[in-house]
Amino acid sequence: MKQVVIISGKGGTGKTTLTAAFIALSENKLVADCDVDAADLHILLNPVIHQSHVFIGGKKAKIDPQRCTECGLCETYCRFDAIHNFVVDPIACEGCGFCVRLCPDDAIDFKVAPSGNYYESVFGDSEFFHAKLIPGEGNSGKLVSQVKKQAEKTMRNNNREWYFVDGPPGIGCPVNASLTEADFVVAVTEPTISGLHDLERLIKLIERFKIPTGVVINKHDLNQEMTQRIERYAIKSGLTVLGTIPFDEQVVKSLLQKKIITEFPDSIAAREIKTIWTSIQLLLDEPKRSYTDKNIKN
Amino acid sequence: MIIAVASGKGGTGKTTVATNLALALQNSVYLDCDVEEPNGHLFLKPVVEKSETVTRPVPRINYTKCDFCGECSRVCESHAITVLPNRVLVFDELCNSCGACTYFCPQNAIWEEKIPMGVIRIGKVLPENIGFFEGCLTIGELSPSPLIGKVVQKIEPEKINILDAAPGASCSMIETVRNADYCLLITEPTPFGLNDLELAVEALKNIEVPFGIVINKARSDSTIIDAYCEDNNIPILMRFPFNRRLAEAYSKGELAVRVFPELKEQFQNLFNEIKLRLQTSVNVLDG
Repeated sequence: MKQVVIISGKGGTGKTTLTAAFIALSENKLVADCDVDAADLHILLNPVIHQSHVFIGGKKAKIDPQRCTECGLCETYCRFDAIHNFVVDPIACEGCGFCVRLCPDDAIDFKVAPSGNYYESVFGDSEFFHAKLIPGEGNSGKLVSQVKKQAEKTMRNNNREWYFVDGPPGIGCPVNASLTEADFVVAVTEPTISGLHDLERLIKLIERFKIPTGVVINKHDLNQEMTQRIERYAIKSGLTVLGTIPFDEQVVKSLLQKKIITEFPDSIAAREIKTIWTSIQLLLDEPKRSYTDKNIKN
Repeated sequence: MIIAVASGKGGTGKTTVATNLALALQNSVYLDCDVEEPNGHLFLKPVVEKSETVTRPVPRINYTKCDFCGECSRVCESHAITVLPNRVLVFDELCNSCGACTYFCPQNAIWEEKIPMGVIRIGKVLPENIGFFEGCLTIGELSPSPLIGKVVQKIEPEKINILDAAPGASCSMIETVRNADYCLLITEPTPFGLNDLELAVEALKNIEVPFGIVINKARSDSTIIDAYCEDNNIPILMRFPFNRRLAEAYSKGELAVRVFPELKEQFQNLFNEIKLRLQTSVNVLDG
């Protein structure tokens, strides 16, 4: 099994479009959507949900006004500024439990609170693991770990050749959780000054994980000079430039029909993505495998 | 006044709207709250006057006092402390800096070290003289929210504050948007744009911040956002068709209102529209 994580730093560069295309081009695979706070991959895969689980991210403090004597100790010690006028703001509460232990009147309840759902689904002959964080909730990193745990459990019974992870934007907690145990990272960027800036920060993070990484530059013809700058940066940083994809109106059109770009195999984007996918297979190919392998011929 | 610019889906144009809006107005301040990937500075190119390191406290053990009783580990909900027979392991990246271990240690054997979690850069955008603040998370830090909290403390109440939020609809977005009088949600007319917009709307309704929509890359063959907004009675305040010249200017870090001065008026109109909506809603409340 090879775990390929598709990630970007900057949002909206084409992670999900590319992930869906790799999924369509490969066989014997399993998929996890780890962008749990704005998951979109299910829109293209149209999975059948087999099981739904409630995700408990942590606990939340709640003051019982009946028992509270309004001493104010909790408010004084809460470092998250979550308690005002003897009421806990559930959004600001980090669930650390400090106030619960501190309260001399034992007036603060500390109960588990659901932060979202995670799903075990199937599309075609592949398993798909995804989740939905309740909007506004924290704990997205923990939910990503839960989704991956579920995927890896299935993998143990059912050895798959490919394990695709559609990652979240940014460099914070859910990104770190998405990267764990990856065999290869595909960093998707665009030839803009912010695309490069965000890629540089992402690569600094990935370097801590020591995972081999390839770069894809999407909409490369938007700014050819910036594309070259990103390519130079990638080479200098020891990354593989996997390929570039031109701006292709067909990408938007297929998305509007909720279709994967590979359903339009003659589009220039689909052709470039197919080449990129072949490069990834070659890079990750074990040396002993023969070049007549079916995946490569495809 | 405080206006947050957020999105749900990434890459829809938050920074474009936030930076251009700040620049089109007089007496404005731009605050970059997308601390994981702050981009506003690439376009506004501020003169940075000051850089403040933001730290957070993490526990450190005074072994001359510690008797390895394990209380610190028991009170830590984040599982950031493990007590071994003759050593205490602290996992800084798991610690949320709540301070419970330090407080509850019966031997008073824990002190707190301040470790950097990011910086706030403070400057001015010239010649317009726009205030500039940017939070930038240290790479490897997991939790952006505390740093966002420090950035929003820089809000200058007598001015127009534009907060550029992180994508998504989770804690980072909320930490930014909850401070705002009004939130602009930037989206694009695709199924992804709509799906993520719905999540962002759900988050905003929970915290009761009024909001309106900006449709970026608007196109005549897709009305899914219009239909959604109509069904849910959400105002659409502005539309941007895809414009290759604008996209190219963006790619080079050029600001739309500087390249196309006629856009300045559009952003001023956007602001006036928000102001009007806020005044009307206050009147409704008063009535």
